[in-house]
Amino acid sequence: MSDPMLDAPSTPSRARLLCAVDDLVPWAGVAGRVSGSEVPGRQVAVFLLPGETPEVRVLGNYDPIGGAPVLSRGIVGDVAGEAVVASPLYKHHFSLVDGRCLEQDDVSVPVYRTLVSDGWVYLLP
Amino acid sequence: MQQWSNDMNILVIGNGMVGHHFVMRLTEQAPQARVTVLGAEPHAAYDRVHLSELFAGRRPEDLMLADPSAYADRGVVAHFGDPAVAIDRRRRRVTTASGAAFAYDKLVLATGSYPFVPPIEGAEGPGRFVYRTIEDLDDIRAAAAGAGTGVVVGGGLLGLECANALKHLGLETHVVEFAPGLMGAQLDQDGSEVLRGRIEALGVQVHTSRATERIDEAGESPLTLAFADGSALGADVVVFSAGIRPQDSLARDAGLECGPRGGIVVDEHCRSSDPDVHAIGECALYDGRIFGLVAPGYRMAEAAAGHLTGSPAPFTGADMSTKLKLLGVDVGAIGDGHGRGEGVLAYTFQDPVRRVYKRLNVSGDGRRLLGAVLVGDCASYDTLLQYYQNALALPEAPESLLIPGSADVGLSGDALPDAATICSCHNVSKGAIVGAIDGGCMSIADVKAATAASTGCGGCAPLLKSLVDGELEARGLEADRSLCEHFDYTRQELFHLCQVEELRTYDELLRRHGRGYGCDICKPTAASILASLWNEHVLDDPHRGLQDTNDRFLANMQKDGTYSVVPRVPAGEITPDKLLVLGRVAKKYDLYTKITGGQRIDLFGARVDQLPSIWRELVEAGFETGHAYGKAVRTVKSCVGSTWCRYGVQDSVGKAIALENRYKGLRSPHKLKFAVSGCARECAEAQSKDIGVIATEHGWNLYVCGNGGMRPRHADLFATDLDDQTLIRYIDRLLMFYVRTADRLQRTSVWLENLDGGLDYLHAVIIDDSLGIAAELESRMAAVVGTYRCEWRATLEDPERLKQFRPFVNGAAGAGTDDGPVFVRERGQKRPATRDERERLRNDPRLVDVTELSS
Ligand code: SRM
Ligand SMILES: Cc1cc2nc3c(=O)[nH]c(=O)nc-3n(C[C@H](O)[C@H](O)[C@H](O)COP(=O)(O)OP(=O)(O)OC[C@H]3O[C@@H](n4cnc5c(N)ncnc54)[C@H](O)[C@@H]3O)c2cc1C
Ligand code: SF4
Ligand code: FES
Repeated sequence: MSDPMLDAPSTPSRARLLCAVDDLVPWAGVAGRVSGSEVPGRQVAVFLLPGETPEVRVLGNYDPIGGAPVLSRGIVGDVAGEAVVASPLYKHHFSLVDGRCLEQDDVSVPVYRTLVSDGWVYLLP
Repeated sequence: MQQWSNDMNILVIGNGMVGHHFVMRLTEQAPQARVTVLGAEPHAAYDRVHLSELFAGRRPEDLMLADPSAYADRGVVAHFGDPAVAIDRRRRRVTTASGAAFAYDKLVLATGSYPFVPPIEGAEGPGRFVYRTIEDLDDIRAAAAGAGTGVVVGGGLLGLECANALKHLGLETHVVEFAPGLMGAQLDQDGSEVLRGRIEALGVQVHTSRATERIDEAGESPLTLAFADGSALGADVVVFSAGIRPQDSLARDAGLECGPRGGIVVDEHCRSSDPDVHAIGECALYDGRIFGLVAPGYRMAEAAAGHLTGSPAPFTGADMSTKLKLLGVDVGAIGDGHGRGEGVLAYTFQDPVRRVYKRLNVSGDGRRLLGAVLVGDCASYDTLLQYYQNALALPEAPESLLIPGSADVGLSGDALPDAATICSCHNVSKGAIVGAIDGGCMSIADVKAATAASTGCGGCAPLLKSLVDGELEARGLEADRSLCEHFDYTRQELFHLCQVEELRTYDELLRRHGRGYGCDICKPTAASILASLWNEHVLDDPHRGLQDTNDRFLANMQKDGTYSVVPRVPAGEITPDKLLVLGRVAKKYDLYTKITGGQRIDLFGARVDQLPSIWRELVEAGFETGHAYGKAVRTVKSCVGSTWCRYGVQDSVGKAIALENRYKGLRSPHKLKFAVSGCARECAEAQSKDIGVIATEHGWNLYVCGNGGMRPRHADLFATDLDDQTLIRYIDRLLMFYVRTADRLQRTSVWLENLDGGLDYLHAVIIDDSLGIAAELESRMAAVVGTYRCEWRATLEDPERLKQFRPFVNGAAGAGTDDGPVFVRERGQKRPATRDERERLRNDPRLVDVTELSS
């Protein structure tokens, strides 16, 4: 398998290549690594929502309530129409729109902007 | 007294649970109010009631009630970590220890109480603590590390909670009580005795009628408690829990009227002797009483807020009934437990074997419940509380309420008057709930959102459900039994839809019968139904996004995001060679190893990407998946049986292996557990299992629908002296019938209890084939049995499935990520580092023992 990290543009002001759309699982998440220090923990959770805009959603992978990098392994769904992922640890729902925790309004995870081009997913600065 | 206006300065001293509730109430009723809060503790208000959970893994952040930003949003100014030291009522000013001064128009005292430490010699000094704040618990935890013995002085409600905490910290625990019985304030003497027996059975030593005279430091132990009767007790840690005293010194110094034994005297609006000063919570004395529970404190906060803003909600005293679990023992006390009044009739019930004690105190005419004491079995608490609080007429024979099982069903909602309190936490009456339904609420969720009922401790949930269901039914509406917001069907209905329409994927099901994207409730439910019906591999494309993480990675997720591995060991029988394989694999991957309660071996601490290689080695050595991750058949436990045992009458191990091999892989609404015992001595504990089989001289007795776990249930004897074939036939039918008709996450025990017609009906369906479906059930089971494949073996054979175990889409595990698991070694094995340990390891890499080292 190719490791897109190796070819990723190194200037942080530009979009960074994350992975291929084909590597993603529809209506589920996968974990990704990011080399820059602007992503705490340097792990992201990447979700593919075919037919939605944007199609790819990227959150920090770390579940701040459960205390482990596991959001990519949660179940994707919606709560009253808002796309969410349910953390596998204690089932808190995090919005795939703005990263907030639906059960605890003082908790949220970072959301990263993305760009999909030519079958590749890029993280925007 | 001044009328309410928005420019008034409201100053609140004390930011405990009640002070916080007051701030929230007041700012809801008067959003423009100018409120300032002074708190002595370094943090904003937290949930003191659940303080002990700090010893059960919760963090201080989890207990926080007041969020500084919520205060800021409401315009509330908060000043923490600086106690108020003086009130100047003439100039309406309060000064704090740091010298800051705050002006007020209205002052609210919510200073709570402090733990009473008896004035004995040696009561202060190292190793001696109280139990009230987050800091107290930090100190106790630090002192307990490395200590051997802990003594709690005081055998009341809080003292026992504290003893529980010491026990969890690993100390040999003693409780010393001055009075002749435990929880004397709530329980009568017999109740105390039963409680004592239960607590001693848990290994906590109870010393009653002991007056502590002094604590010496010169002895064998760091501390020695000397009692008035001449006896003594050594300890490393002593915690005083001898009652609380109202924190009224500020008020006293300011010349406000206080009770002779403490407490700021207030009226029904919680006004003190100065009309501009209110007092609420545990520092307030109403009608000569202090109310040491949180619910009455909240009512006081509401009374004060209502009075200030011109919408009075007078406080007229509160019920002090309590239900709690101490050291795992259920205790309930309602009203007057001692039955002190004149002509009171007492009914008591005692079960010396189950260690249960119940007492009802009934009015002389037998019509009203005045109080009750329950120890060891609180099933009837809610019902009795309703009789008591609403002064309902008791049944003809009140003693019937004492018999186990009788009152457990609960009073149905419609027997209650409108004024009856359903939810005590949020003070919601039956009338309010009926009103919400009249106003358009159509489900429990709607009613919860509209009234806040059942959003506190949750204790009222069963009563709320029966009330809401009953009310909806009375209006000709069906109670909403939808699975979730995406499907208007129950699990059974979805099962039938999938079966009848031959739906094989979740997407089809959602498109035809649901809406939205689905969620973490309907997706795993559908996955389980599809697996029960068609038995396709759970990791294959249309199914994998539906699975809970455990099913998705065919392993159980642990608290740190790593997984455990549980190979099947049918019946617990294992060859030495296979044991060696487990040992070798565990050693190679550095996995924490433990014998489970299900007679097999669990290997913990594997990363996602290690799972395939671990399983490859296990599968090659002949192991299969144990389905510990699935809602599926788990284990069939066995005793050694007639092969070795002097008393065995049949080969229980052989039978258990046969059963485990037949039903392994069966997906079901909840997990399924079996056991087989070789004789009536029942060493395999078959009567606590979903399916229990006990050997007889003539065959097998079949027990069904038992449960261990949270609500244990003895299995029911279903059929006796069965031959091998009939045994299998009955189990096939019963399991398939359960798989088809049970609710999501409903164990067989709860399923049977909810089955119309109960055991007799089940008999008719399974044994007499009253529905004519027996052959169908058997052939369905045969299909599942016939298509079994070990999910791990199948996964290893398929590169597409294996791809899902890549740790990252864009690279391998290992360097370049933080937040990964961190381990430490304990008792010769690794385990996840605690938060503290992670912090410390950051600066001391020598202690680190990362998984990378072994892979
Ligand atoms: C490993 C084990 C504890 C041990 O170290 O011994 C265990 C571990 C867990 N149990 Fe258990 N239970 C284990 C034996 C039991 C037993 C004893 C038995 O099976 O004889 C019981 C009581 C019997 C029963 O189920 O009726 C038991 C009653 C529960 C319950 C309560 C079920 C109930 O109906 O009340 C849960 C919670 C649930 O399933 O919702 C639970 C849930 C769990 C979970 C899944 C909790 C979780 O989500 O993490 C744990 C999974 C840990 C893991 O990664 O493997 N575990 N658990 C035991 C595994 C047995 C095995 O070989 O598969
Ligand atoms: C371990 C434990 C378990 C409990 N379990 C239960 C239970 O199961 N059910 C139940 O109903 N109740 C329970 N309680 C009791 C419950 O916590 C109290 O009833 C409730 O906290 C009282 O609230 P309060 O605001 O009146 O007092 P507190 O919560 O004590 O708050 C008073 C606050 O005022 C502050 N203060 C005092 N003096 C000053 C000053 N001069 N200046 C500034 N600030 C000051 C204090 O530091 C404190 O933060 C439990 C208590 C404990 C300790
Ligand atoms: S009892 Fe079961 S669920 Fe609870 S901690 Fe032990 S293993 Fe986990
Ligand atoms: S009684 Fe606690 S939530 Fe209703």
